[in-house]
Amino acid sequence: MRFVWSEVRQGIRRNLSMVISVILVTFISLTFVGTAGLLQMQIGQMKNYWYDKAEVAIYLCSNVSPADVCPQGEASADLKTAVENQLKSPTLAPFIQRYYFEDHAAAYQKFQQEFAGNSVAKYVTAEQLNETYWVKLKDPSQSAIITESFTGFAGVEEVRDQRSYLDQIFGILNAASIAAISVAALMLASAALLISTTIRLSAFARRRELGIMRLVGASNFYIQLPFILEGVFAAIIGSLLASGAVVGIVQFFVQGYLAQQLPFTNFVDLGSALLLVPALIGSGVILAAAASGLAIRRYLRI
Amino acid sequence: MIRIENVSKNYRGSNRPALADVSLEIEKGDFVFLVGASGSGKSSLLRLILREEIPSSGAVHVLGENLVGIPSRRIPFFRRKLGVVFQDFRLLPNKTVGQNVAFSMEVIGQSAGLIEAAVPEVLRLVGLDGKADRLPSELSGGEQQRVALARAIVNKPAILLADEPTGNLDPKTSEEIMALLDSINQTGTTVVMATHDSGIVNRYRKRVIELREGQIVRDEKSAGY
Ligand SMILES: Nc1ncnc2c1ncn2[C@@H]1O[C@H](COP(=O)(O)OP(=O)(O)O)[C@@H](O)[C@H]1O
Ligand SMILES: [Mg+2]
Repeated sequence: MRFVWSEVRQGIRRNLSMVISVILVTFISLTFVGTAGLLQMQIGQMKNYWYDKAEVAIYLCSNVSPADVCPQGEASADLKTAVENQLKSPTLAPFIQRYYFEDHAAAYQKFQQEFAGNSVAKYVTAEQLNETYWVKLKDPSQSAIITESFTGFAGVEEVRDQRSYLDQIFGILNAASIAAISVAALMLASAALLISTTIRLSAFARRRELGIMRLVGASNFYIQLPFILEGVFAAIIGSLLASGAVVGIVQFFVQGYLAQQLPFTNFVDLGSALLLVPALIGSGVILAAAASGLAIRRYLRI
Repeated sequence: MIRIENVSKNYRGSNRPALADVSLEIEKGDFVFLVGASGSGKSSLLRLILREEIPSSGAVHVLGENLVGIPSRRIPFFRRKLGVVFQDFRLLPNKTVGQNVAFSMEVIGQSAGLIEAAVPEVLRLVGLDGKADRLPSELSGGEQQRVALARAIVNKPAILLADEPTGNLDPKTSEEIMALLDSINQTGTTVVMATHDSGIVNRYRKRVIELREGQIVRDEKSAGY
């Protein structure tokens, strides 16, 4: 073993610049992998949180609704009663956890809160905002039942599941994490190629030793081990750096900045970032061991 | 100990066989000179015995191993029972004499204690007492070949293969190396030596196998060149 370590040290010294480039490439690619992991965790966390809160909105006609869906203009009290009766009917009631009615005044208040400081808040009037039945379903994924019963219902302008907004946001986040994973995959592939090139160069530099090792009967494992360890060493350094970067992103960017800016959003915390660390190191080590093992095996065919 | 049956060897990209239907048997403790012109197949035969090459047809049995069917993970363990020296010594230039010899023990996993004891002993045996800390570049050709011999025998092989070990040496030094090979053979090690050196072959009167264009044309006991 003493001998193996001295071989590894020599190999690293001989190929220092290649080893450094392997470290950098694994560092960057695994940082992308880690970021994609964080995004997925964030998406999962937000889904859990928001999907449970999502409600279905039945927007009633107002006097600014388009005439083709609301020919009668502002929904009358009778029409509202009809909507409410439908919600209470035996076909729908079993699916509904609760519902409540939001009138013009409440909608106006909510709007003023959400757009405080925005110039649209000044121009909008209570009458322009829809009165709304907010429906909370027992199972939020079954919004189609409500949509089907109330689309085209007299006095209803539109039925909207809040989850459809969430799905858009999650779609964007998902696309971002897929992009990060694709970049990571490309970079991991180049890391693997770089590792195998490094190992091949290293084997070429040591071909005399290798020839003699084979002549005197060193086992394949013994011959290959220093090369594999050389690649693994570089990858471990790279994945430690990547782990540091991922933890740093969570600590300083997500918790230190985003969480301060958006205090009501639940962001991934340090605990989840630390959960990624062993995965990053593990994948770095496996990648390097596989790439250098394959490279050296091809070079050293008996 | 070494049994070769109807072996032919065709290298890829060459239409003439390097060895053609060669059969021979070498017993434990034998000393065999392998002679023949350059290109007659001597090195190819030694490489087959070392399992660096496999025959195109025929069978090679060495130390009870069938070298055609041997699984590749067993090859290193097979090679530990053989020692080899070459015309060009093949020493590691950045390691000292002692380290060069120790290297062949380290890579097969011998303990540090055993290495420390065995290296000076084998260096004394080949006449390199006190030169353990020299680099190969500081030695004469004959001394370098002694280092190579020390490395080849330090793991106590049953067979020593020598491919023109005196090819780069002057006659007097060649004689010294040959004397060493003979004394190694006296301790029971089988020696197969490919050579061009007619003087040595004629003086030692050992078994001679002569190759010509890949075929054995002569196999005589106590013969000359
Ligand atoms: N690796 C090889 N590839 C192709 N041809 C080879 C190879 N090694 C040897 N030969 C050919 O095989 C023949 C025998 O060569 P070799 O065994 O080296 O003979 P010797 O050692 O007697 O000079 C020669 O014609 C040589 O050119
Ligand atoms: Mg030859």
